[in-house]
Amino acid sequence: METASPEIFSSIPLTHYILLSTTLFVIGLIGVMVRKNIIIVFMCIEIMLNAANLMLTATSVYYNNPGGQIMVFFTMTVAAAEVAVGLAIIVMAFKNLNTTNIDLFNKLKG
Amino acid sequence: MIDKVFYFLSIATVISATLVVVSKHPIKSVLFLVLTFFLISAHYVLLNAQFLAMVNIVVYAGAIMVLFLFVIMFLNLNKEIEQHKSLIPWFIAIISGGCFLLITMSALSKTELISSVEHSSSLGLVENLGNVLYKEYLLPMELSAVLFLIAMAGVVLLSRKEKIVDTK
Repeated sequence: METASPEIFSSIPLTHYILLSTTLFVIGLIGVMVRKNIIIVFMCIEIMLNAANLMLTATSVYYNNPGGQIMVFFTMTVAAAEVAVGLAIIVMAFKNLNTTNIDLFNKLKG
Repeated sequence: MIDKVFYFLSIATVISATLVVVSKHPIKSVLFLVLTFFLISAHYVLLNAQFLAMVNIVVYAGAIMVLFLFVIMFLNLNKEIEQHKSLIPWFIAIISGGCFLLITMSALSKTELISSVEHSSSLGLVENLGNVLYKEYLLPMELSAVLFLIAMAGVVLLSRKEKIVDTK
């Protein structure tokens, strides 16, 4: 089963994948820094995780090493657990404070 | 041909990720995030990593996004919460993010990437990945099962109904 894989290595350099995933990471970073709604901040963290996944997959395929794709698998596992716990915390915080604005989540300040 | 597909997909991914960040409505953000995940899955297919493309759609677009949508509808967040429309945080964030991008790219330009590697087209198939996962990465696999158990216990503990102690 010879697919289009040899063509992609000659026509697209790995640098472009690194540029794309870094751009996605920066977009997520800007979202985390700017947005006030905690659910959107959480989504931006998901974008950052996906950018890292894309970079790991690209390097794994370009270097013909399956370790990178296994690492992506574990990243997805950890992201699923993180989202479950994080959304439970958001629901609890919403029950107590009745808001999702992160500027008002300052009750733990000593 | 394939490079045109790659550039189209890249531009679409970046645009839809930007729309996640700038949309005012949380539901619109979730829908653009689903679109971003599908486009990243298309990138995985382009990279010949079919198993990861499937897992990405099932886990992210299927499970995690449904969780997000469920929480947004549960909390009834259909209203705007950002009152002040100051552009200063956007400027600061974009400048610092651009600095990060610049530093990464300048570090990359000094790096020499090896290009003479033998490629096999069956690398991303489930048979190959499963062999590696269950032979070389068996302990991390079992530990991720423990992680899920702990996460489940944590979620049950968090969502338990508890008395709110008023400290006023």
